[in-house]
Amino acid sequence: MSDIESQVRDALADIERTDTLDALQALRVALLGKSGSITAQLKTLGKLAPEERKAAGAAINQAKGRVAQALDARRDALQEAALEQRLASERIDVTLPGRDGGRAGLHPVTRALERIADIFERLGYQRADGPEIEDDWHNFEALNFPPNHPARTMHDTFYFPDGRLLRTHTSPVQVRALKDRQPPVRIIAPGKVYRSDSDQTHSPMFHQIEGLLVDETSSFADLKGTLVTFVRAFFERDFEMRFRPSFFPFTEPSAELDIRWETGDGSERWMEVLGCGMVHPNVLRNCGIDPERYTGFAFGIGVERFAMLRYGVTDLRAFFENDLRFLRQFA
Amino acid sequence: MKFSEKWLRELVDIPADREALLRRLTMAGLEVEDVELLGASLDGVVVGEIVAAAPHPDADRLQVCSVEAGLDAPLQIVCGAPNARVGLKAPLATVGATLPGGIQIKKAKLRGVESFGMLCSAKELGVDSDASGLMELPAEVRAGAPLTEALGLPDAAIEIGLTPNRSDCLGMWGLARDVAAQFDSALKIEPPPAVAVDSEASRDVRLDAGADCPRYLGRIVEGIDPSAPTPLWMAERLRRAGLRPISVVVDVTNYVMLETGQPLHAFDNDRLQGAITVRRAAEGEKLTLLDGNEVALTPEFLMIADASAPLAVAGIMGGQASSVTDATRNVFLESAHFAPTAISGRARKLGLHTDASHRFERGVDPELPLQALERASALLCELAGGRAGPRLGAERLEDLPKREAVALRRARLTRVLGLQIEDAAVRRILEALQCTVEDTEDGWRALPPSHRFDIEREEDLIEEVIRIHGYEHIPTHAPSGELALKADPEERLKPLDLGRQLASRDYQEALCMAFVNAELLQDWGLGTDTVALANPLSADLAVMRPSLLPGLIEALRRNRARQQARVRLFELGNTFRAGADAPVQTMELAMVACGSAHAEQWGQAARDVDFHDIKGDVESVLALCAAPRAWSFDAEALPHWLHPGRGARVLRDGEVAGYVGVLHPRLAAALDLETDVLVAQLQLETVLPRTLPHAQPVSRYPSVRRDLAVELPETVSWGAVDACVRGALGARLAQLLVFDRYSGKGLGDGRKSLAMGLILQDASRTLTDEDADQCVADALAALERDCMARLRG
Repeated sequence: MSDIESQVRDALADIERTDTLDALQALRVALLGKSGSITAQLKTLGKLAPEERKAAGAAINQAKGRVAQALDARRDALQEAALEQRLASERIDVTLPGRDGGRAGLHPVTRALERIADIFERLGYQRADGPEIEDDWHNFEALNFPPNHPARTMHDTFYFPDGRLLRTHTSPVQVRALKDRQPPVRIIAPGKVYRSDSDQTHSPMFHQIEGLLVDETSSFADLKGTLVTFVRAFFERDFEMRFRPSFFPFTEPSAELDIRWETGDGSERWMEVLGCGMVHPNVLRNCGIDPERYTGFAFGIGVERFAMLRYGVTDLRAFFENDLRFLRQFA
Repeated sequence: MKFSEKWLRELVDIPADREALLRRLTMAGLEVEDVELLGASLDGVVVGEIVAAAPHPDADRLQVCSVEAGLDAPLQIVCGAPNARVGLKAPLATVGATLPGGIQIKKAKLRGVESFGMLCSAKELGVDSDASGLMELPAEVRAGAPLTEALGLPDAAIEIGLTPNRSDCLGMWGLARDVAAQFDSALKIEPPPAVAVDSEASRDVRLDAGADCPRYLGRIVEGIDPSAPTPLWMAERLRRAGLRPISVVVDVTNYVMLETGQPLHAFDNDRLQGAITVRRAAEGEKLTLLDGNEVALTPEFLMIADASAPLAVAGIMGGQASSVTDATRNVFLESAHFAPTAISGRARKLGLHTDASHRFERGVDPELPLQALERASALLCELAGGRAGPRLGAERLEDLPKREAVALRRARLTRVLGLQIEDAAVRRILEALQCTVEDTEDGWRALPPSHRFDIEREEDLIEEVIRIHGYEHIPTHAPSGELALKADPEERLKPLDLGRQLASRDYQEALCMAFVNAELLQDWGLGTDTVALANPLSADLAVMRPSLLPGLIEALRRNRARQQARVRLFELGNTFRAGADAPVQTMELAMVACGSAHAEQWGQAARDVDFHDIKGDVESVLALCAAPRAWSFDAEALPHWLHPGRGARVLRDGEVAGYVGVLHPRLAAALDLETDVLVAQLQLETVLPRTLPHAQPVSRYPSVRRDLAVELPETVSWGAVDACVRGALGARLAQLLVFDRYSGKGLGDGRKSLAMGLILQDASRTLTDEDADQCVADALAALERDCMARLRG
């Protein structure tokens, strides 16, 4: 019996010393294989007296079990160590930048314009479009600007030799849209507009979004409701706002919307953000719509102004210099 | 319109402080743009009178003055002003005073002589910009009186921005009328009485311009003293309105214009000959204006002439030859009504904008000329000692503008505003605006006063009612209406869908001016069929862009000049070309790229962006719209600005959709670009339509891959190989890919090798090895036949 005990002790010591999986496998074969040293003990049972066989057999099987268990434990330990080693060797610097990162974005004016358009599209307005090179009728006459009227001098206009012009506002799209379809109409018309004026606060090209609603019930109260909702949605906050009487030939009554804006130094001032009004009956008539049956309102939003307020841009000209260092901030 | 607050308060009761007045003006559509506080900090400044003056012993330019300031004894003041003289009354800042500019007045020694205060110019007091000498005060002010008392201070100069429809507020009377309506308060304006006539000087007036000038009044005032001083009160009101006092005659005409809103003109009567005629100018008729410029007129202009020569461009500016001067003793005053349509736009054509043209273009009350004439005559006689002649002039009563009564329906008022206003309030407002109001069955009829050119229809009355009632009373209400949903068509992309794709591939959106320099377009070979502006701001902004690329390349150049070596930009916008009838506007997408293919990075080898990089970017955009099979590229009919060997045309089912490639080296050199620039442009009308997917069943059988490497002449394009293999294998070829391309060592000159992968699949069964081998053999045979290829050994 001491023989088997010492054999197990030796085997356990051998297992403990083995430090590769391959050597461990070879040791397993040498101990527990068909001709392994422990397996060989079973063959000695036949020489024992029958009454001894049972106890001896049990002892050998127990020894076998202990050795197999030790082998498994050692295998698991070696496998774990190998994995640990692999994981350690595979460690990388996860703070290095990722490969091939596209970091460009849309222009801030586009970003503001899309945000504005999106708000109105949710309110059921559809996008409409019109040409940037317009004729006098669509840009002025149909909108109730008589020839030579001083209101025209508020629009410094770029002309072409044939009398056409670059639209000075997106309002001609109102006329085109109303000639195209019958009320109820809810449209917005974003786009480029042009005035022959260039200084710190004027760009000869800029962007407007025209809005127009014509139906059988709309009133100035609806206009106020729409624009107050819009301003709050765009800036995601509330302001003190006021509608101030103004004049546009194509709306009456007309208004400008001012918001109470906090300036950089902590003081507040009224900031004009858009012009609006009830569509002038002459405009409806010019578009073949009966102003007795239908009323409507229109508004014109200066996109650059909204982009400046929203994103803290202080110089209008920065929008058109296309300096990547400026543009990348809005990606 | 800029004016003195104090003056306004003399004309109308205003039951409100300044802040409330300003708010009310703005909220009634007379937007306050600026407020200048005057005389708020003139404590310690008094009227001083120089009673003696002696040269400073040690300074040529200084005088030592003895100034009476109402104290026990005159003060000694050292003064360097050129107009300091005995007898002059001028503002004196006494010791302890602080001037608006922050100067503190202390007892001082100037070159050894003590000075107990400072005599001041108008500029030093913040009253005017005049710094040429001491502000001269009239003799009647009392020495020692606080200056604020003498000047009618404190006051505020209020500037309001008037919309073009409110010409009635371009005079104090009109402004006061509107303020009276706003506050429902009393006006304090008296119509001026007729002046006493004590001269017989007369001159005929003839009206030859129909309704353009239905009323022309005048008067000769004889024997005036042209050097008579303008009284301080008048000078101050002029100053606070932004006008500089000039001479008594000019000041009186300006003052009456400010007061009444009626522009006046004063001629030197001695330089006039015969009758005054109002007529249209003859073609090419010339006149030298007050500002010294000679203008050539056309019959579009209305003219004032006498028997011998043109005198003035009516309603815009007088002529130099007949103008009043320092020597004028006899004045002919003109006070006329010119129709807005006869004046509007004309001043602009002469490059002018005058106080008179500003008013006449917008419309002046036709009833004003008489009142203004009487007022100006009286002031001139009073201030310059003239003798007034009889009132002269001519009128065509039938041509005077008429006001028509306008109906206002109660229901319409409520509908348009979304607010019900009480009948009594409506009536009160209309009457306060000096309309003659009568009730009707469904509302009111209002006859507007002669000064309201802008009230012609119901909407005008609605606007007036709510303007005075207050926009803030209109409720805020969300519009109701049927929900008419119209979904965006799925078979068409939006331009910005393409833009977002490019942004995600590291192209930054740019917005360039839509006009470019004509010479730049010559470099691009885009100089024909362009659309040029008639009145460009500059040569750089003269021609509508026929392509987005020239502008984008300029943006790229400027960025490179700002240390940006890698630039990738795109733009979505319209381009313009001359068309048969009208300019043609085309929506395009353009991209430019230069520098390294990827942002500099540890993980990728640095290399410059090349044709196939930008082609890949273009393809990523095209893939949004249609399957790859719809698109093809060839090198036919390339534009001048593309490298002929590194440029391609983009086709959609055979239709040209755009171009992509390397900018032509000749153009790059002309534009001072010292690097290759990749460009692309796409026409959105061709690109944006999107194919709606139609699902095909996916094969249940596995695919087999076979690789095939062939060598063939360089001149045979991949496009040709691709078409050849597809033609040979038909539907069994699920996918064809090229995974290697090689030329050089081991191959003959002008030869290359291509290695391709054939992904083979059948919809009805699993392909056997024999099937696959047969496919490869078929493909090779076709390539040998059509593409001069042979199997790579």
